[in-house]
Amino acid sequence: MNTIALIMMIVTQTLVTAIMVYYFIRVLRAKPKPEPDSFLFNDDDPR
Amino acid sequence: MAVNNESWGSRVGLILAMAGNAVGLGNFLRFPVQAVQNGGGAFILPYLICFLLMGIPLLFIEWGVGRYGGQYGYHTTPLTFQKMNRMKFWKYIGVFGIFSNVAIAAYYCYIESWTMSYVYHSIIGTFRGLDQHQVASFFTNYLDIGTSTTGIPFEAVIFFVFCLVLNTWILSRGLSKGIETVAKIGMPLLIIFGIFLAIKGITLKAGSDGAIYDGTVGLNFLWTPHFDSLSNPKVWLAAAGQIFFTLSLGQGSVQCYASYVKKKDDIALNSMSAGWMNEFVEVVLGASIIIPISIGYLGIDRVVELTSQGGLGLGFRTMPYLFQQWGPALGAISGVAFFGLLFFAGITSSLAMGTPVLSFLRDEFNWGRRSAAWAFGLTVLVLGLPTVLFFQSGVFDEYDYWAGTVSLVLFAMLEAILFAWVFGLKKGWKEITAGADIKVAGIMKYILKYITPVMLILVFAGSLIRPAGDDWSTLFSKNYELHNESIIGQVIHKGRGPNTSYFADRFYAENDGVIDSIYSREGRNYIAIAAVDSKGETQISEVRYGDRNVPLVQKGHMVKVGDPLYEGSVINKIFFVDMSRLLLTLVFILISFMVYKAYKKRVKEGRF
Repeated sequence: MNTIALIMMIVTQTLVTAIMVYYFIRVLRAKPKPEPDSFLFNDDDPR
Repeated sequence: MAVNNESWGSRVGLILAMAGNAVGLGNFLRFPVQAVQNGGGAFILPYLICFLLMGIPLLFIEWGVGRYGGQYGYHTTPLTFQKMNRMKFWKYIGVFGIFSNVAIAAYYCYIESWTMSYVYHSIIGTFRGLDQHQVASFFTNYLDIGTSTTGIPFEAVIFFVFCLVLNTWILSRGLSKGIETVAKIGMPLLIIFGIFLAIKGITLKAGSDGAIYDGTVGLNFLWTPHFDSLSNPKVWLAAAGQIFFTLSLGQGSVQCYASYVKKKDDIALNSMSAGWMNEFVEVVLGASIIIPISIGYLGIDRVVELTSQGGLGLGFRTMPYLFQQWGPALGAISGVAFFGLLFFAGITSSLAMGTPVLSFLRDEFNWGRRSAAWAFGLTVLVLGLPTVLFFQSGVFDEYDYWAGTVSLVLFAMLEAILFAWVFGLKKGWKEITAGADIKVAGIMKYILKYITPVMLILVFAGSLIRPAGDDWSTLFSKNYELHNESIIGQVIHKGRGPNTSYFADRFYAENDGVIDSIYSREGRNYIAIAAVDSKGETQISEVRYGDRNVPLVQKGHMVKVGDPLYEGSVINKIFFVDMSRLLLTLVFILISFMVYKAYKKRVKEGRF
């Protein structure tokens, strides 16, 4: 591969992967909102 | 009375389902082909810019519109749009948010069924020992439903119906038990399969397993940037179009999924997480499978030529042969991985297409979940069968063009205008940021208000008047001519050739050339016409004719466009094209009527 293509690929793919991972971790770490929220599985008594 | 009290099971499940909705066959088949056809690295920069300026803002809009409607018990776009503005026509614009899903599902489930079938054929070793031509012929024969490739009669129809039943059954289980469960299984498997194939593609070595070039040759072609492409409207239109397809925008399914999120819960972070997950699958995995592998074996020129048949041709005609070069065991595993990932990509998207239909029937007509799911399945079966039975006659392409392309762009353009200018950005911004777990940059307001709508208008206008040869320099000159695939060109049947009547006694040549041969193969009759292309290479095109038709030409005859090729009873392609359009129009009218009745019902019951 030529240098510019290699740089372009590594920068783009690293950036996309890093942003994807960053947002997904933010989702996992986000504090749950008080009930009733939109999700069933965190309910005390699932419907 | 059935009540629509569906909920998502978990936030991660919602994001995986939404990402699964976006991740589709296009991530692996359409994106690489668009990149190859638009000059490789020339495509990437406009693509990424379109994602930032059009994709992300539209994701915010669609999640915002969906959650806004959900507060009032609307899980589909027609009545949500009506709620956003009292002008009555908005609910009919919103009809696109149901129509597109039904019409796209009709042909999408067919492609999905191919992936199931190819997983099966990879496992039983159908492709083992076949040469490249035989693997390509297998696909052609598969599409010709009268031919059985494995002894199963009407194999393509059976796989299609099975695929549809599977979709319907999953939909009937509901959001958390059905769709979310499939997304939680399918998305991780898809990523694992994708990583396996991407590693194989990138590490492909010239001289090993029959490869001519290293896998990096394809990557070099894809990633070498061409900054001059930024001034080429063709590349921008292709990039913007790809962003639509890849994110499932302008379809109504994102809004439907988001409508089950409560007002105090986040949509900003969710939309970014799902959107970037799709980009990871497309830019990191999608770019690293087909292109390096196919170019490694076939070279850049051959792959560019093959992509003229579209991504489906490359994926189903070529890839099974290339996998066989890795030996029987690894070839079978790779085939299962590739078509398996396509299947998971497909089913998570087709389930998203079914959800708005189910929600509409449940919200407005109090249908039970199972009844609504089977009604969707039956509708898709009826609408989809013409694409299966008359695939070669262009029905599939018509559905894809009008429902899978034009409708999406038109709907997204009007939706962006409604959200930013009619509903108002002040209210819209509140909708996006309510309950947000991230801070949305203030500059997004200006992008939502000005840049995204303008880009969408340009994309739509560009599709409307696309010039022949994509030569935009002719736009204001006397040499301007419409492209056959421009919207206006399609409406007026531009470039349809001499066979313009539905039924005829003769079929006329659609290209100049010399009759190369007249022959029968596997019970089908062909006239082969040789013509020299612009590169000076001889290309053979085949015209199929029926047993009751009589050829009017002989080997060696020169033919020109309009010369009769054979006589007898002929049903021309234009008949199937117009009937497809009529069918789609009738579906749109039917849904509009149902929306009208639903609206009246709500008003009468004091629920609007």
